Amino acid sequence: MDIVNEAHFRQSEYNTRRHFLKKCVTGMGAVTLGSMMGGANLFAKNLLSPGGGAGMPHFVPKAKHVIYLHMAGAPSQLELFDYKPELQKMNGQSCPPSLLEGKRFAFIRGVPQMLGPQSTFKQYGESRTWVSDYLPRFAEVADEVTFLKSVHTDEFNHAPAQFLMQTGSPRTGRPSLGGWVTYGLGSPNENLPGFVVLLSAGGPTGGKRLWGSGFLPTVHQGVQCQSTGTPVQNLGNPKGVDSKMRKKSVDIINKINELEYQEAQDPEILTRISQYEMAFKMQTSVPKVMNIDSEPDYIQKMYGVTPGKNSFANNCLLARRLVENGVRFVQLYDDGWDMHGAGPGGGVGDGLRRKCKQIDQPISALLMDLKQRGMLEDTLVVWGGEFGRTPMMEARTGKNFLGRDHHNEAFTMWMTGGGIKKGHTHGETDEIGYSAISGKVHVHDIQATILNQLGLDHERLTYRFQGRDFRLTDVHGNVIKDILT
Amino acid sequence: MSKYICLLLIAFFWSCQNSKDDEISFNRDVRPILNDKCLRCHGGVKASGEFSLLFEEDAFGQTQSGATAIVRGNHSKSELYKRIVHEDPELRMPFDAPALTQKEIDVLVQWIDQGAKWEKHWAYVPPKRDIEPPTIDSLSWAKNKIDQFVYAKMQEKELSPSPEADKATLLRRLYLDLIGIPPTHEEVKVFMENSAEDAYEKEVDKLLASSHFGERWAAMWMDLARYADSKGYEKDSNREIWKFRDYVINAFNEDMPFDKFSIEQLAGDLLPNPTEQQLIATAFHRNTLANDEGGTDNEEFRIAAVVERVATTYEVWQGTTMACVQCHSHPYDPFRHEEFYQSMAFFNNAKDNDSYFEEPKFFTYSEENREEVESLLAYIDAELLPEDAAPKEPYLYSEKEAVLTRLGYRMHEAESFYESSSFIELDESLSLLWQVQDSSWVKYDQIDLENIEQIGFFASATIGYAGDISIHLDSLKGKKIGAVKITKTGESKKGADNRYNTREFKAAIDATEGKHDVYLRFFKGERYDGHLFYLDKMRFYEREPRMKLYSTAFNQKLKKLAEIPATSTPIIQELPPVEARKTHLFERGSWLTLGNEVESGIPNIYGYPETEEPKDRLAFAQWMMSEKNPLVARVAVNRFWEQLFGFGLVESMEEFGTQGEKPTHPELLDWMAVRFETTHDWHVKPLLRELVLSATYRQSSDADVEKIEKDSRNQWLSRGFRTRLSAEQIRDQVLTVSGLLNPLVGGPSVTNSSVDGGWTGVPDWAVKGDSAKYRRSLYTLWKRVTPPNEMLTFDSPDRSVCTSRRIRTNTPLQALNLLNDETFFEASNALAVQMLQADADPEEQLMFGYAKVMGRKISDKKLLLLKELYHDAQEHFKQEKKDSNFPEAAIERIGDEKNNLAALVIVANALLNLDEFIVKG
Repeated sequence: MDIVNEAHFRQSEYNTRRHFLKKCVTGMGAVTLGSMMGGANLFAKNLLSPGGGAGMPHFVPKAKHVIYLHMAGAPSQLELFDYKPELQKMNGQSCPPSLLEGKRFAFIRGVPQMLGPQSTFKQYGESRTWVSDYLPRFAEVADEVTFLKSVHTDEFNHAPAQFLMQTGSPRTGRPSLGGWVTYGLGSPNENLPGFVVLLSAGGPTGGKRLWGSGFLPTVHQGVQCQSTGTPVQNLGNPKGVDSKMRKKSVDIINKINELEYQEAQDPEILTRISQYEMAFKMQTSVPKVMNIDSEPDYIQKMYGVTPGKNSFANNCLLARRLVENGVRFVQLYDDGWDMHGAGPGGGVGDGLRRKCKQIDQPISALLMDLKQRGMLEDTLVVWGGEFGRTPMMEARTGKNFLGRDHHNEAFTMWMTGGGIKKGHTHGETDEIGYSAISGKVHVHDIQATILNQLGLDHERLTYRFQGRDFRLTDVHGNVIKDILT
Repeated sequence: MSKYICLLLIAFFWSCQNSKDDEISFNRDVRPILNDKCLRCHGGVKASGEFSLLFEEDAFGQTQSGATAIVRGNHSKSELYKRIVHEDPELRMPFDAPALTQKEIDVLVQWIDQGAKWEKHWAYVPPKRDIEPPTIDSLSWAKNKIDQFVYAKMQEKELSPSPEADKATLLRRLYLDLIGIPPTHEEVKVFMENSAEDAYEKEVDKLLASSHFGERWAAMWMDLARYADSKGYEKDSNREIWKFRDYVINAFNEDMPFDKFSIEQLAGDLLPNPTEQQLIATAFHRNTLANDEGGTDNEEFRIAAVVERVATTYEVWQGTTMACVQCHSHPYDPFRHEEFYQSMAFFNNAKDNDSYFEEPKFFTYSEENREEVESLLAYIDAELLPEDAAPKEPYLYSEKEAVLTRLGYRMHEAESFYESSSFIELDESLSLLWQVQDSSWVKYDQIDLENIEQIGFFASATIGYAGDISIHLDSLKGKKIGAVKITKTGESKKGADNRYNTREFKAAIDATEGKHDVYLRFFKGERYDGHLFYLDKMRFYEREPRMKLYSTAFNQKLKKLAEIPATSTPIIQELPPVEARKTHLFERGSWLTLGNEVESGIPNIYGYPETEEPKDRLAFAQWMMSEKNPLVARVAVNRFWEQLFGFGLVESMEEFGTQGEKPTHPELLDWMAVRFETTHDWHVKPLLRELVLSATYRQSSDADVEKIEKDSRNQWLSRGFRTRLSAEQIRDQVLTVSGLLNPLVGGPSVTNSSVDGGWTGVPDWAVKGDSAKYRRSLYTLWKRVTPPNEMLTFDSPDRSVCTSRRIRTNTPLQALNLLNDETFFEASNALAVQMLQADADPEEQLMFGYAKVMGRKISDKKLLLLKELYHDAQEHFKQEKKDSNFPEAAIERIGDEKNNLAALVIVANALLNLDEFIVKG
């Protein structure tokens, strides 16, 4: 066994020993038993995101990768997908008291007016799905996706709702969805992180904790990559060090560490040696993947990328490239969807229309591109915000700014690929889009479904912390069976 | 593969062996079975069939079916037995799961037949106060009593101790452990040359007395206190709370007893005549998150903070997870649902309410300003007319306030409101208020308006007619007593900060008596705008202010006094009894579904007579630190142990309950706990002294095959621990060995290349620039939404919640950080320059570099490798023509020196990346 292989071996042994052994003795957690018995399989796992083992996946997965497009700030379902002609008729009328009794809103006080949809809708494709004129290109691929029209959440403030959506809990401190996935499955490419995060138009208000590892080992943290400048922090060599010199110095560092190992016999040294090799490899592999210039012209045009700048389009193309290269979970956050109508261009009229223009082409390109490469088969794509918007206008500053308040009782998300039905709609809201009347799904159900498609049982994907087995979905969540192929 | 099976089998037999003893022990033999197989349905969350095995009274009570589950002394009459051996799979327990093994059934049968003796989990039984260290045959090895426990355990496991680590390694270990930074070159030299018997002991005492001692141990406490310089949640506004960190540093430096330290943090405000420091200590629980996001309900997030305080208190001082009891009884440990709320009642009366400005706050002066304030007050005091004299206030700031108020010089910060509408914003340092929309408002608590005839508003605006302020009493739509129009104070210029361009706008006030809540309502002027106007402060003008009776010089002093800046710290303060909040149980943990009202109290498991139960937060804190509390000293010594040895004696430091790990050395843990409480009288320094003086601590960390085979995890302490350093230790060490470290102790948080201000930027009070760059990591400004990357990379928590234990990982991102980070590479440059200066001979330079970094002499083999790297780099730079391809330090140099220095930078960079450098060997 050469030293790197030995390092892999020791690493897996070490992890097993440290975190799993004693749980076995007390008999807790079948998962950990599985990973112990399947220790040999760990050799193939990426040390960037060790985890998994023969116990996982729990069953045959439909999806191997996830691209999650989170529209931070919460887009209005009423302008985009949930077409409500009745609401148009009520435009300008006072909100019926029945909708307000016992409810809590973020900003609405008193009796607001109803606000009709500001976009126009048409039916598209074989599924005759209603889609807004804000998203003309996406409308053309609407047949590819399943719409979830009755998603609900417990929170109506951005940061807590984002935490709930991405970590299963509205308070901080829990691991993120992507972290749970790499914890469960590891990562197929050992030269790239298993969980990559890309930001556009700023970042989500919840900040880095949205892709934090919580109580999981920090290897399960999302790695934030940038489409401009250095793709990963500290990836570039400092001034005066070129890659030849870097190779030499890593080589010497590792040789000295080998000497150290002979004395101290600490297996962590072997792991460190392999991590330095990997770090060096990442210095070449990551920029290569992150370089969208190498894509043919027509692909760049298809997405509408702007190389060298930060944009959602760039990130969509990067998402495809990352998945293509084996990254398990790619999380995109696009900020700026909080349309309260608090100022010019900040409403669900022109403001939202402009914002939609930034994502319309890239998203449809992403779906078409994944499809033409046969990647949509095993890549699950998820789109949504942290909650929805009210059918009532939030009259904050006067008549010309048409905004909607935060709404957590019903909003729309969509999913596609990785074993999700095409051209399907799950759930329906009432005639004004206020509450769900059928197919109601909670955030935890979405999470359970995502894990399910990856071959993970959300009730069995657990981690022992503070004397308790924690899950992404806490004690909730049901897989949404109706949307699966 | 076979290895794992082998391990499993060993583990299995080991666990079986225990049950062969004749006397069945509930804790040792029975509880693990119940926890594992039964409590999921018959525990704290569910009690199927009205049967629960969590509490003794439930276990022996009647179940739903009328049967008695456990009949002491008679297993065949016990329903529990009947059900675990039942033939019908529908009735056989555990339900819908594999049957118990014969072995497990035997254990339960024997236990019942032997009388079913119930025992508390070990952690809830107070430690015995008369434990004697075991007598051992190798007294020559043992240096103190700790070693006797450890040695006895080693013998039991057929292990023997390792030799003492070499002097240099030991010294470095000691420095990193006690003060968090390695010894300097000179310090190593002195120690190596000192052959006196007590040389090591002298070093220990020197380090315990160092002012860096407090910094190192405060770093540990910061994770527990979830300390950060921002509030978390969406806006992540800045929070000025660094005085709390200084308090912790000082407490450790002064060797404040741990019980005092704890009580001050939990209830310093309730101590009789609390000192400034005791009030600042209560900021411990003001480190909770606060939500400034528009449209949030302050009460919701006030409650979230209070709930979190309960959970944190139990984790820090009791090693107990209470968070799950918020929603239901503890699934595995004997805590009932309502007991969470009884504990919460102790904390529920804190005055703070998630308001923007974070009242209540306590103000203190820097040393410099304090002197000035004192001298101004002395001057004023001497000049005061007898009728203006009044009793002294307890704190300097309140004294200043009282004097100014008495004389009629009254200023009020605009941002010190207690409540506000959604559309109120503050600047990054929270010192300026503005209204982003029309019709917003703020409320100030209990302002004395007696004799006030005018209020001056110090405002800035860039719109001609920016808006209006109207002043109302007691409620938003209460009596209007005055109004003022705000107009332009300066031009709007791109990039310029117009916010501080203030002018005073005076509003005449209707005569009003006494104190009132004052509401300010803000309205737009000629148009809507994002920011109508900014408001900095207000001045209240009295009709006949006393200060008019004094000289101009006197009045100038008053003005000066009023303008001296103070540092604010949010603190905990109890609401007065009339405003006391009632505490209700929350059904399923939801604050919107109130259950029964509960009174404050401690969980029953602690076995405290109800009549003696603590009734307020102070009494609760005192109970926690009393000998009646079984956990606090154990949890504390375990933390200190873990910081030195890498793992706690109870590895799950956050969880001492039944689901936590068992202590590897229970008698040692208890003996140390009692000793900490009694002999050391809660002093941390003597505790640590004893630990580092032990032979156990001084062992070499080198392992051999036998030790790894027998004890791969080093649970039985037959060698030293080889532990990767913490994020703070790694960076501080890099700064120390490169000579960049700025060793200043204490003060406001600082910015450096790893600081990202996030949405709300870097506050005014943070230290910036060169003096900030190389301070110890403890001082790095910590924004919760964007914490310093390198800290997270090296396994630091993000400080959103209390964290007892950092799980160490080993990742390529850590390698990238050490290789390429800006500050780390600056350190490589700085170290290279020193290497160059150290000697003319390149080989000597390399040896010097290694010795500087590792505090010991390099081995020949390692030196050979460094030489190889040096020569390669030298050749490389010889070929290099462009200045921009040289490391920073070498650019200005010429000729050979340029290439040599550049090559040394490469070597220095490698040295700072060695495994041995980032671990404590």
